[in-house]
Amino acid sequence: MSTPKPVKVSALCELCHGRKAVMKRPKNLQKLCKECFYHVFETEIHNTIVANSLFAPGDRVAIGASGGKDSTVLASILKTLNERYNYGVELVLLSIDEGIKGYRDDSLATVKRNQVQYDMPLEIVSYKDLYSWTMDEIVSCAGIRSSCTYCGVLRRQALDRGAAKLGINHVVTGHNADDMAETVLMNLLRGDVARLGKSCEISTQSEGSPFKRTKPFKYTYQKEIVLYAHYKKLDYFSTECTYAPEAFRGTARELLKALEAIRPSCIMDIIYSGEQFCVAPKPKRATPKYKNAKKIQNGDNDNEQEINGDGSVSLKKKLESATDGHRCEKCGYLTMNRICKACVLLAGLEASRPKVTIDNNVAVDGAAKLSKTLEQLSF
Amino acid sequence: MTISLKVEFLGGLDVISKKVREHKVKIPFEEGEATMKEAIEWICQNIIAEEKDIEVFIEDETVRPGILVLINDTDWELEDKEDYVLQNGDVLTFTSTLHGG
Repeated sequence: MSTPKPVKVSALCELCHGRKAVMKRPKNLQKLCKECFYHVFETEIHNTIVANSLFAPGDRVAIGASGGKDSTVLASILKTLNERYNYGVELVLLSIDEGIKGYRDDSLATVKRNQVQYDMPLEIVSYKDLYSWTMDEIVSCAGIRSSCTYCGVLRRQALDRGAAKLGINHVVTGHNADDMAETVLMNLLRGDVARLGKSCEISTQSEGSPFKRTKPFKYTYQKEIVLYAHYKKLDYFSTECTYAPEAFRGTARELLKALEAIRPSCIMDIIYSGEQFCVAPKPKRATPKYKNAKKIQNGDNDNEQEINGDGSVSLKKKLESATDGHRCEKCGYLTMNRICKACVLLAGLEASRPKVTIDNNVAVDGAAKLSKTLEQLSF
Repeated sequence: MTISLKVEFLGGLDVISKKVREHKVKIPFEEGEATMKEAIEWICQNIIAEEKDIEVFIEDETVRPGILVLINDTDWELEDKEDYVLQNGDVLTFTSTLHGG
């Protein structure tokens, strides 16, 4: 190590031609040194942000932060770029505490360190506070096999609710190019046409929803994110969730990694394909007349919400919003159905809850709950 | 008669080595006669704790796609991959990119 070896010309960085290359870009097989890699990596993300007008001066933006590599690099790089290019945005870390012992408690410790390292405010919202269930409780009640379904549905809402609490309507997430390509493959393989059309959008916002989600890492390879974190010695957490990893995504991921080993540009190609899919509009169904009638009956609240969301309201718009932009009757969250998926799942859980919590939960849930439980007793 | 190496398992890959991230090892080869291929075989036999975990690390006789390999902090794709000739003091870093972000 002490005697520096002469560097072959072929081992030099292809951009600066001065330093030894340390990595090969999967996107174009270019060999780069550390400094040029940082520069190219950061500039590409800046270009993605600018080309898609993700930020405007004065925006307050919440970074969905898990403590993992993607969101840690995202926080670091957004701070860097915000300062370098004067985006003028205010960045906040937003974390979800699912309540998984031995996993989320450790990763939240990482986010708390990031809060200090990047000098950003941190907001943590927990499943326990929002839904009165931790993931550990849900798994002990519903079993381990459906854990990812519950967690996914609840997390989506939790991020929006956390953002609402902060008065922020823009959440950025660390989804990277590999994730995007995986999702395209998954939707293709299971024939999920409804999701296929939207799966590649860099910015998603449900109609009537005040919350915008964006993915600045849409075109960023996982390999480069991991290398950036490694070379910059970023503090991130890397343990798999204690509960069964998502089996189907795992299959798509292995396929993608095997493809990437043969031809790294395939990830970009799959995203590009995903972007080009045109999904034919659904044929109009003839039946929903009675549904509309029902909606108009109890639609007063909805109408007000629509005015707030869109600014302009026409009668036609209201009827259309029955499919997207409708609000859950139970919790008010945006949903395509009468009752949102989270409320449906939680109601299912509540039905089997007494077995688990009758001993210690009397004081929390109060008399109504207790009498409900007693009603079901038989002697 | 040995080559001293530092072997690191990062990005959650330490699950295959009893949660130990850093291993300082001496492998029984003469400097100049062993390549990454030998090092990987030696790691499978001597560092990976359980046999069933070998397939987490290896696929088709090489490191599984999705695990990033660095030799002295340089992408092994720039260092002839399995044919790299090991030197005393080399640092081999294996980082899983497969874990959630």
